[in-house]
Amino acid sequence: MGFRKVAIVGAGITKFVRRAQETGPEMSYLASKTALDQAGLKLKDVEMITLGSAPDAFDGVHMKGEYLLSGAGGNNKPYIRNFVGGGTGVFAPIHGWMHVASGACDVCLVVCSEKMSSCHPHPQGAFLTIFDHTTEQPLKPTLIWIFALEMRRYMETYGLSKADIARVAVKNKNNALDHPSAQVAEAVTLDDVLNSEVLAEPVHRLDISPASDGAAAVVLASEEVAKRLTDKPVWIDGVGWNLDTAYWATKDLYYPRYVEKAARMAYEMAGITEPHKEIQVAEPYDPFDYKELHHMEGLLLCERGEAARLTAEGFTARTGNLPTCPSGGALGVGNPIAATGLMKVIEIFLQLREEAGKRQIPGKPRVGVAQAWGDLMQVGTVIVLRR
Amino acid sequence: MKIENVPMKGLSSEEYEKTLKIPWNPNLQYAWDNGIGIGKYLHALKEGKILASYCEKCNRIILPARAFCEMCWRPTDAYLPVQDTGIVNTFAICHVNWDASRLKPNEPRHIPAVIEIDGASPGQGILHLLGNVEPSKVKIGMKVKAVWKPAEERTGSITDILFFEPY
Repeated sequence: MGFRKVAIVGAGITKFVRRAQETGPEMSYLASKTALDQAGLKLKDVEMITLGSAPDAFDGVHMKGEYLLSGAGGNNKPYIRNFVGGGTGVFAPIHGWMHVASGACDVCLVVCSEKMSSCHPHPQGAFLTIFDHTTEQPLKPTLIWIFALEMRRYMETYGLSKADIARVAVKNKNNALDHPSAQVAEAVTLDDVLNSEVLAEPVHRLDISPASDGAAAVVLASEEVAKRLTDKPVWIDGVGWNLDTAYWATKDLYYPRYVEKAARMAYEMAGITEPHKEIQVAEPYDPFDYKELHHMEGLLLCERGEAARLTAEGFTARTGNLPTCPSGGALGVGNPIAATGLMKVIEIFLQLREEAGKRQIPGKPRVGVAQAWGDLMQVGTVIVLRR
Repeated sequence: MKIENVPMKGLSSEEYEKTLKIPWNPNLQYAWDNGIGIGKYLHALKEGKILASYCEKCNRIILPARAFCEMCWRPTDAYLPVQDTGIVNTFAICHVNWDASRLKPNEPRHIPAVIEIDGASPGQGILHLLGNVEPSKVKIGMKVKAVWKPAEERTGSITDILFFEPY
């Protein structure tokens, strides 16, 4: 389609922590500097910058892009912030890809930063305002409601038990024990998850990722520049994004159609016709354990309703046929919203370069997919990487 | 700097208590316009009715009432009342408030539900609360009916329906 090839040539990520001492700009700086160091570049080599961060309400700073600009290296450069809720962390590198694929620049720095802990008493409070102000906010909804509603519908449609869902939390939190950024890596058992505090039945405390602070960054380069910088470029082979209506209560809550549409767009670009066979490692977005299952199905990595069984059979473990969230995911590493999606892209980048350390999956993977999801159950963002 | 060596410090609860905090209570008030479609929807609630829109192109009766069909991207063709009954598409038993504070043991649990309203096209649900029902008795597929505020207390708000109860 006339796009130039685009590679990831460097990645950086902070620890994901609770109540960071560092500010948003400071976290952005740490992630960006690490990514540029890994790529062997200086800020002066970066032509354009794209930044992702989720609601302004978390920080209490309106126009947060401008606030984060200094740490993200955006001073006096073409700089754009983008935001599609939880989908942001994969949308931002897609946006960076546009800059390089279109020929607008050869080197683009993508930075995703989130500091949720500034919001008191709890960042959940900031989520009230994502609901329709007239027809939903007066009911005092919390975001946990819609997750509980969606999870129950998914369980009912496919006859799943809570244990079927909780196995995802067990897998991911244990995977995160090997991630240097991890905030909540825990050697939890199925019983730990099932017996944790009930927040909104059927959602328990350990079904949910924590509120986090953290940042991540990647450096994107055109083919010519990438080959000069590294002998291990990882190519962005396909990108896709899709949004569904905000009338979320009128949708099939057991299946994320918008994720499927985004995935089909990315697969078509990457020439992938049988994703369940061709993709060797996946990072579906897992802010809640059932969402990983939802998203495996939306990403066409398995049949609808099959994801829980595949998880139980070890198919998605690091040593399984299709490792999902080998990083530990949002459930294990933590969920500083925009940074989480980019952490997933970075995990695929590291896995394909065989630089994931203790997390490395066997079999020299060549193709991987990362995905994020957000807004009012609305957006799917998908990126396919190939070495 | 390598990924493994990036510094970041999360504060413990004790450290956090000692940090400088600047509370801010913004005096922000919003006067929201209801718009054409939702304005009619709210007006109907005041009259004890649930109002839908009809799009003749996709032949859907859609909720809540809206001025245009987002699928066909054209103006809707009519507003029409539907029933104030429906079935539970899905529900939750919630033990926390909107700000993540926990409900006290003796407080009634919130039971949010997606309710598919009778008379609208299949799948046309709205978010509301269930009431007058034991949480353990709620089931997907349960038939429920709106419990309205007394007519003189209605203000043209979604809360003119207090909750939906089994019938």
